Formats: sequence, C-alpha cells, structure tokens
Amino acid sequence: MKALVHITLKPGVLDPQGKAIANALTNLGFKGVNEVRQGKYIELDLTDSDRASAAANAKDMCERLLANTVIEDYRVEIVDQT
Amino acid sequence: MKAAVIVFPGSNCDRDLMVALEQSAGVAPTMVWHRETTLPDVDLIAVPGGFSYGDYLRSGAMAARSPIMKAVVENARRGVAVLGVCNGFQILTESGLLPGVLMRNRDLRYVCRDVFLKVEQNDTPFSNKYALGQVVKIPIAHHDGNYFIDSDGHRQLEDEGRIAFRYCDSAGLIDDRSNPNGSLANIAGVLDPSRRILGMMPHPERLSDPNLGGNDGRALFDSILNALS
Repeated sequence: MKALVHITLKPGVLDPQGKAIANALTNLGFKGVNEVRQGKYIELDLTDSDRASAAANAKDMCERLLANTVIEDYRVEIVDQT
Repeated sequence: MKAAVIVFPGSNCDRDLMVALEQSAGVAPTMVWHRETTLPDVDLIAVPGGFSYGDYLRSGAMAARSPIMKAVVENARRGVAVLGVCNGFQILTESGLLPGVLMRNRDLRYVCRDVFLKVEQNDTPFSNKYALGQVVKIPIAHHDGNYFIDSDGHRQLEDEGRIAFRYCDSAGLIDDRSNPNGSLANIAGVLDPSRRILGMMPHPERLSDPNLGGNDGRALFDSILNALS
C-alpha cells in the first residue's frame, strides 16, 4: 500500500511563503489569485497489506513525526500499489 | 554545577555553549553525542544552536526524535534544568518539553544581528542575575524563529509568567518594529510550568565575553550557576 500524505498549515496560521508565492504569481500577470497556502506532500511505501492498517499506521506517523499538529493539519490518502 | 551539552550532527554552537558554561561554572560540561542513550548525572542539560540533521522536515524535528532526547526528556521530567538555545529551542518545542512552535521568519529571511531583549522574568534559574525589565543586547541568527502558539496557549504563558524574554528596542520598547522575526507578542524565550526549562532564540553564549563585543549573555550562565550549585 502507498500512503499519500498532504500536510498543510492550519487555517489562520500565517503562511509567509504562501504570501510570497501569491505576490510572485501576481507579478507574473496571473489574475485572480486570492490566496496561496503552501504545504508538504510525502509518499510512504508501506508493507501493510490492508487499507485500514496502512491508514492507521500513516496516521500514527503523522501524529508523531510527519506533521507538527500545533500548526499543521494532515490528510492521508491510501492507494493500492501499482 | 555539572552540565551536559548535547551534540547533534549539524550543531554549530555546542562549543560556544561549552566555553560560556565553563567560564561561569569553572568546570567544563560533558559533551554528549546524539546517539548516546544515557546522560551523566548533571544539574543542567544544554541543547545548542545549529542546524541539526540539516533542518530536514522541520527545524528540530529529527533531533527531537534522536536517541539521546529520550534521556533528556526523562531527566527534564525528574527536574533537571534544561536550556535550549536557537535550534535547541526548536528541538525542545518539537520534543514537547516546551509549548508552541518556531515558524519561518515573517519576512522569509535569515536574520543574523544583535537585538535587544527585555528580561520579563527574573525568578528563574536562568535569569536571576538580571534585573526585572533590564534591556540586554544578545545576538540572533536564525531563519525559523517566528514563535507561534494558539491563543489559549498564549494566554496561559502570559498568566503564568512564562515569557522569559521579549524582543524590544534599545530603550526597552516592545513593538512591531523591534520584532525581528514576527514572533507572537515579541516572544523571544519561554519557560515550562516548572520554570526549569527555558528555550530562547537569541544566543547568550555569543555575547558572554567583552572581547566579542558584549557581555550581556554572561549573566544568564552566572544565573544558572547561582541557581544550581
């Protein structure tokens, strides 16, 4: 199983990098960029053979290392290995 | 006073801390490599600045899960004093010994210069040789020093008097212009509830010798000696 982990800043937490990206996009002439929020994407290749245990495992990894839950939210997506 | 300085791959202020601690205590601290799983019997554990593990994932995230940190947390829970400077502060928040988080600086720049701090608490093992409200000059050198904590956590820090230092100007004015990194409420250093754990972004060890352009950091190490010996 693969776990695809998306880590983003919680709503309300200032994201200066996202702001800088938004400014750069506007400077490039892109119109209509209201806001940019930057995050992280982590792919985990897991030996778990069922989705439930892979999801539980990835969630534990997020809580204990991958995300800092003081400021970050995470979302785990489980996909079958191809 | 017996002290240990933890050394991670990428630490670069470990020797500065050693020199500053030895200058005040008269005894050299024990340097402890991150792969160790036990600590010698000490009164103080110092977690130095630097770029432990290359700041991978988040500043301090890897170091906080390294073998020696289990022993640091156990010792801290038993009441051993812990000082974290710069990356050391980041490591202490990542390990859960201190609340909050150090985010990327507000203007996205690495900032390396002397700043002024106001001593907000002096009934601690780290600041008893400073006067309350004293303004001191201490350097900062960081990219991720923007302290953040949720509003409940912030209120708790204020109510319990656990904000040790705040960024200010040379006259002691605490405002947005004297805030070098965007830290919430100009917070430069925080204490745990027992007041025996301090994390701070500024580097007192870098201005603890008049030959280096200032001596305001020295009182922090003298305070530790005063409290722990």
